Amino acid sequence: MSRIDRRFAALKAAKRTGLIPFVTAGDPSPDHAVALMHALVDAGADLIELGVPFSDPMADGPVIQHASERSIAKGIGLAHVLHWVGEFRTRDTDTPVVLMGYLNPIEIHGYARFAKEAVEAGVDGVLVVDCPLEEAAVLKPLIDAGLQQIRLAAPTTAPERLAQLCEAATGFLYYVSFAGITGAGHLSTDDIAVRVADIRARAKAPVAVGFGIRDPASAKAIAGFADAVVIGSALVEKLDGASDAATIAERVSAFLAPIRAALDER
Amino acid sequence: MSKIADFNAYPDAHGRFGEYGGSYVAETLMAPLAELAEAYERLRHDPEFIAELDRDLKYYVGRPSPIYHAERLSQHVGGARILLKREDLNHTGAHKINNTVGQGLVAKRMGKPRIIAETGAGQHGVASATVAARLGLKCVVYMGETDIERQKINVFRMKLLGAEVIPVTSGSRTLKDALNEAMRDWVTNVADTFYIIGTVAGPHPYPMMVRDFNAIVGREAREQMLEQYGRLPDAMTACVGGGSNAIGLFHAFLNDADVRIVGAEAAGESIASGHHAASLVAGRPGVLHGNRTYVLCDDNGQITETHSVSAGLDYPGVGPEHAFLKDAGRAEYVGVTDDEAMEAFHLLARTEGILAALESAHAVAQAIKLAREYPKDALILCNLSGRGDKDVQTIAEREGVTI
Repeated sequence: MSRIDRRFAALKAAKRTGLIPFVTAGDPSPDHAVALMHALVDAGADLIELGVPFSDPMADGPVIQHASERSIAKGIGLAHVLHWVGEFRTRDTDTPVVLMGYLNPIEIHGYARFAKEAVEAGVDGVLVVDCPLEEAAVLKPLIDAGLQQIRLAAPTTAPERLAQLCEAATGFLYYVSFAGITGAGHLSTDDIAVRVADIRARAKAPVAVGFGIRDPASAKAIAGFADAVVIGSALVEKLDGASDAATIAERVSAFLAPIRAALDER
Repeated sequence: MSKIADFNAYPDAHGRFGEYGGSYVAETLMAPLAELAEAYERLRHDPEFIAELDRDLKYYVGRPSPIYHAERLSQHVGGARILLKREDLNHTGAHKINNTVGQGLVAKRMGKPRIIAETGAGQHGVASATVAARLGLKCVVYMGETDIERQKINVFRMKLLGAEVIPVTSGSRTLKDALNEAMRDWVTNVADTFYIIGTVAGPHPYPMMVRDFNAIVGREAREQMLEQYGRLPDAMTACVGGGSNAIGLFHAFLNDADVRIVGAEAAGESIASGHHAASLVAGRPGVLHGNRTYVLCDDNGQITETHSVSAGLDYPGVGPEHAFLKDAGRAEYVGVTDDEAMEAFHLLARTEGILAALESAHAVAQAIKLAREYPKDALILCNLSGRGDKDVQTIAEREGVTI
């Protein structure tokens, strides 16, 4: 059983909804990237999504684009991200880490090389935004090495494709709550509920919902019908400008703790 | 020489040209791309659609564009005969209209009331705004702030045509960022919006569809060559940014193994300087904007900023079919510097009375190089993809002239 599977099994046993924060690696401060990961866990994260900075993040809204730009400007790349995960693992061997990003950095790093280094560092899964089912063959070396590919389903996904995605899902299936970019939009909880219930009934993996969740209320609304919620842009926005470990931990806690509490209330 | 038996067999059903192309986009876009691929597949065989497109190309765009023997230029160079395919004479002044007329009709048939487009030099933006105005569709054009600054005339033209021009301030503020932003718009407004991509890049079916709409250039040229000269050219060249005018000219000749095909990329200040936009000459295979192709990026996989005197070539990727043609050995790709393009621009202006777009001036420079390699009776066909009126401000500034 993978670290991700163990974590979702434990959540299910405890009847809790998972909390998955997303941060862009190296933002707000490369010096405290690992401290930030620990702070996320301390504030109640069940799984960490770590964004690999990319120059052309087509599916991301302005908040995550700018976080990516800031990290790139500081010279942050895939090698740093892998190094940080390895360092994180010296203290935390339980919390799953999923790298989220775009294909080109992995392609240029080399698929086989990336697979080996990611597994060694303690990465559990990859969510490659621009690598849909049709192109997923390129990720085979990653899967062979033991990484799980986290797949996305969207409101626009046609029924036949959705069935394929449910069948192919490993780790968890990430349901994109609305057609748009990260950090935008208004959630229509009722529509999402119907859709997610259908997917949960069919998917071979738990379902996490992301895009547009930004506070305890929206998290709680989603928690009623999802296995986990993903929160990205709202957190990245809160962290912007924090330059020391104490401030980062403080902001993480102030933002995530109420969301954790709201999720646990139900 | 190339081992490919039939270049018309590409792309495959997944949009792959060998290992290039494909659909590397977020899940949300897979449905609208499938919808588009299906609609296009239906329309490209629909006699009514084909007839409407042909009518528009003839009476609205002004096709066919002539092949013109640039005699004084050829004499000046002292080599082979240089022939110009005059895409600059099209309505709106460039080849871009071939594609937007086609995609505009697809949008109309699909019942999409809103068109979005990205633009670098502004030619595709103008061509999209033009078609939107004619079809009564709303038009939004994304354009990098840097490009808006250097292509003010085209920005104003788009506005006159009723389009909204949205400045893009992310990344390098050029064409690649405008493309990202247009994709973000599309993913948000998939229900009512048609995205007219301006070049042979992007996810499937765009590289194929944009190629098909521009392939009229090569089909005409092939007929005109046989009619006017009784034979095909010895060599042909076109400038390559994303590569739409080049693939448009090349495509009808890909199976003519004796015709030498050369794409001219923007070598900017020089390849060695790093300030260029020559993805095929100096880049490596990667994934950008929905397709696998040659890209300019660093060792972290970050797409690098490009440079060219011409905004339309200032792009760090290239259409996947060009990547395929390069690896297959069917086409050669070379770099032409800013200075060489400027020199060719002036030479063409003074010997032939034609102001070429700075993009097209790269092709002219390459045609001049080719003409010097060949005997006097050889034929070198050059795609003059656009006219230079939009560039006069840039040229004046570059040469220290106040207008």
